[in-house]
Amino acid sequence: MEKLKYALFTGCTAKQSTPEQMMSTMAVADKLGIELVELTEASCCGASHLQDYDDFLSLVLNARNIAYAEKHGLTMVTICNTCQLNTAMTKHRLDNNEELKAKVNEKLAEVGLEYKGTSEVTHFLYAIIDDFGLDKLKEMVVTPLSQFNIAPFYGCHNIRPSELQNETHKSVENPYNPTSLDDLIIACGGETVDYDEKNKCCGFHVELQAPHTAAVLTGNAIAGAMDGNADWMVTPCPLCHLKLDTQTAHASEAIGREVELPVLHMQQMVGLALGCTPAELGLNHHLAKVDFV
Amino acid sequence: MSTEHKITTQKVNFKVFRFNADEDYLPYYENYDMEVTSEEVVLDILNRIKWDHDGSFSYRRSCRHGICGACAIKVNGRSTLACKESMNDMVELFGNELVIEPLSKKRVIKDMIIDKADFWEKHDAVTPYLVAEIDENPQSENLVSPEDADKLDEADLCIQCGACHYACPAVEVNEDFFGPAAFAAAYRFSADVRDNSTSRLADVNEEKQGVWDCVKCFECAEACPKEINPIGKITKLHQMAFQEGIAKNNVAVRHAVGFKKSIMKNGVLDEGGLVLYSEGPAIVKHLPVAFRMFTKGKIVPPWGITKSENLDEIQKLVKSSSTAKF
Repeated sequence: MEKLKYALFTGCTAKQSTPEQMMSTMAVADKLGIELVELTEASCCGASHLQDYDDFLSLVLNARNIAYAEKHGLTMVTICNTCQLNTAMTKHRLDNNEELKAKVNEKLAEVGLEYKGTSEVTHFLYAIIDDFGLDKLKEMVVTPLSQFNIAPFYGCHNIRPSELQNETHKSVENPYNPTSLDDLIIACGGETVDYDEKNKCCGFHVELQAPHTAAVLTGNAIAGAMDGNADWMVTPCPLCHLKLDTQTAHASEAIGREVELPVLHMQQMVGLALGCTPAELGLNHHLAKVDFV
Repeated sequence: MSTEHKITTQKVNFKVFRFNADEDYLPYYENYDMEVTSEEVVLDILNRIKWDHDGSFSYRRSCRHGICGACAIKVNGRSTLACKESMNDMVELFGNELVIEPLSKKRVIKDMIIDKADFWEKHDAVTPYLVAEIDENPQSENLVSPEDADKLDEADLCIQCGACHYACPAVEVNEDFFGPAAFAAAYRFSADVRDNSTSRLADVNEEKQGVWDCVKCFECAEACPKEINPIGKITKLHQMAFQEGIAKNNVAVRHAVGFKKSIMKNGVLDEGGLVLYSEGPAIVKHLPVAFRMFTKGKIVPPWGITKSENLDEIQKLVKSSSTAKF
């Protein structure tokens, strides 16, 4: 198989509040032989908030990020569900509206760039599943996670709106019955936990403005995983990770029950199965202690 | 060419929520095994449960054409308009074990019938009608251009079924929150060129009840049987608040504006700086968690934030592309 190569859009958290996500992404890519060219010129995607204030600016900035992936002639790979949504939504809107695309390109031309629409946008989760292949991943597993019940937490912006997520990866999944993360857990040798909250909202996006709403949603998600006998949770979204890992005190108070579980990035889970060391995967950066390795 | 249409059947186990508020202390689930045909919709199953198994089973139905919104229920947690949803699709989606539940279990009166008072109260609260001085003896028609009609973005197709409202996790948690259906209605009239309401936009921008408490999960967009995309309308209401100059200087608004400021400064987000800008002095409440994050290497100090390369490009684009004011 030809070596896989992507333009990596890190998003902001991988360089700040979830450094372990960046570490584990690079460690897993290295193990799988995937080459990642980091888009160091990229800006923040706006995280679903900038467009509330300034929709056109959000489009221009996201189009600029994709334009850099196009300059490399590569598919853009994201490692954050919200980055995935904002980038994919921009691509969808520009590829389906020539007038809007022309307006955005008028701005990009001011800095010598053009959005052409030639680069695909996908998430690292789907790059592993669709392009690398779960069968091949299974063959590379050296430390099967067979002793663990692992609760997948999908995160909203990879699975909804379904019309977008179905455009951005080949293994079409349903927002009410997603399977990608479960499949990945199984490929790593783990047992998946089925629970109602696995495809629900973690509340991250209203953490500041509606803290009670956010805390209850976080608490319910962790409680659901705990009730399903999970040893730990895994998510492809660093924002979900932040909410589930760092806000357990508020969440416990909000739902009137002590809740806490280790919450691993999906790259960390894959990395463990591939034999990476805990240090390589940054497992020491979590607030909810990862004490099973 | 053959035009033969083959009807197929398959066995499905239905686990049906049952509760009679006048008699039952707790709800329970009744199992029904049925042969389901590829021609049937979910409403056919509700009918068959009532007609063939238990006459006391209760649910709402009316038009059977997807236009009255009466028969909205949940199938395996998914809000569904029963008369529109194909059984084949449901089985394909969830398999042969289907759980039939009302839109909101805590609002049940009997079986699938819920008290939608909260839904209608919130709908009423957004002034869901045109506010305009009407000339009783007009000299000509009050014409709306196709372009202006397009601005409604199909928000007028809402049938008030409640599917999005009871799929919304913020509605479930916050009883003040208007919810996606009310916002779609608010947008429908706020976007109407004939409307002169002075209060609607302000109402939907109030904290706790308004658009700023939307969790951005897109459940409403998935649930809507009329494909109205309520979260798209919520985004537009956010934008209207800025355009109309009614966005208040509060945490939620500063949180949105802060992204532009941070991008202008670094290209990437300064996460700590964003929280400080949004919260102001109230940021101290985050200090215990921030301290724990710091000890785990999860917080980058302001001087440690990596800026985007070619930051000058980003700054130029922010200056030339942005028209929003706050």
